Amino acid sequence: MLSRRIIPCLDVRDGRVVKGVRFRDHVDMGGIVELATRYRDAGADELVFYDITASPEGRSVDRTWVEHVARVIDIPFCVAGGIRSVDDARAVLRAGADKISINTPALERPPLVAELAEAFGVQCVVVGIDSVREDDGHWRVRTHAGNPDVMRAPRIRTLDWVVEAQRLGAGEIVLNCMGSDGARAGYDIEQLRAVRAVCAVPLVASGGAGTPQHFADAFLHADVDGALAASVFHSGALAIPELKRTLREHGIQVRL
Amino acid sequence: MSRVAVVDAGGANFGSVCYALERLGATPVMVRDADGLRDARRVVLPGVGAAAPAMALLCERGFAEVLPALPVPLLGICLGMQLLFESSEEGDVDCLGLLPGRVRKLDGRAGLRVPHMGWNALQPLRDSPLLAGIDTQAQAYFVHGYAAPVTADCVASCTHGERFAAVVQRGNRAGAQFHPERSADVGARLLANFLQWNPT
Repeated sequence: MLSRRIIPCLDVRDGRVVKGVRFRDHVDMGGIVELATRYRDAGADELVFYDITASPEGRSVDRTWVEHVARVIDIPFCVAGGIRSVDDARAVLRAGADKISINTPALERPPLVAELAEAFGVQCVVVGIDSVREDDGHWRVRTHAGNPDVMRAPRIRTLDWVVEAQRLGAGEIVLNCMGSDGARAGYDIEQLRAVRAVCAVPLVASGGAGTPQHFADAFLHADVDGALAASVFHSGALAIPELKRTLREHGIQVRL
Repeated sequence: MSRVAVVDAGGANFGSVCYALERLGATPVMVRDADGLRDARRVVLPGVGAAAPAMALLCERGFAEVLPALPVPLLGICLGMQLLFESSEEGDVDCLGLLPGRVRKLDGRAGLRVPHMGWNALQPLRDSPLLAGIDTQAQAYFVHGYAAPVTADCVASCTHGERFAAVVQRGNRAGAQFHPERSADVGARLLANFLQWNPT
């Protein structure tokens, strides 16, 4: 049986891993390869590297560190941030990444998803979605969420975008629930369940993990394929081996 | 240490496979056409992408002719393993025909996500030097939408709704449906086993 995946997310800025709460106040967490190696050894199933400055600054991902990671790391990893074209994606995949994740550029120009799927296969194409519940009760997407000063709110409902992204060729959806992100009070199970209902490709939960129970809830109650977290791992508050043992006690299939 | 020819068939995992071989102390050599295989002691055929364009490329560069006559150990990875079979439903294409069987699309039944993507357990079916040191139920990283059948050449299977070939071996030809370059210790062990493999 397919294991549920535990995915540490490493926000990368200027060659270092950083973490901010609700996308602000970034704190240095360590070197990229050093942290990646530590998570690999701890039993992470996959890693996501998010170049948080590439997209706001309008530049592509720095490929040097992608290649360093690929040389050292023997678990799959995905690179996000600043990928706007097939050429950008090719450079990152050629440097050794297994997948690329696009967020704002996909909303700005949806055919990009199809172009990437055509060029590299759907298994390489992850669509990341920043989503928040608005006053009328609907979840809607945000673009440029990496920088609160330029964040935009197109009037696109999250559920509609999830459907459209799959139609275009998204092979996986990462749903970042902004309302719960960084707060460590649990994933937004209600929103994840709603997205799961319209999502036939792998779905990864993001935003809000604080305890092993939060992960268990996302797997058991929202049927997500993977759970992504950052601060709870970087801070040492939660160790992956202990987390996975707890999940297995809940009857959740994991790789130990 | 050992020089390994790695066929560059345009797959995105080419670099990762080379790095994995380097981590094991081997020296991967990129090979772009069949001439490059002449002095190879071992050959790896990685692959990510679709069967039809990959076969077209192998034909165009002369690999389709040379690989079947290759006297040294050959390891196909992911799509590279599927290409060892007779044909694939993906693009309805004839493959290298080194192993009997047809590669078919995974059946995405209720609740089953296709492509099959993630860590899944290996079920050894018989002893193989390629599986030495790999425990029953050890997990490996898979990413694929098509799969090869469990035939007499299958030494380990995997199950995602249906059972399919995870590791195959026939004569000096072998293949892994999963990505050893991305399967942590299990993958490293399979590659190390391949590097030491002396099929008779």
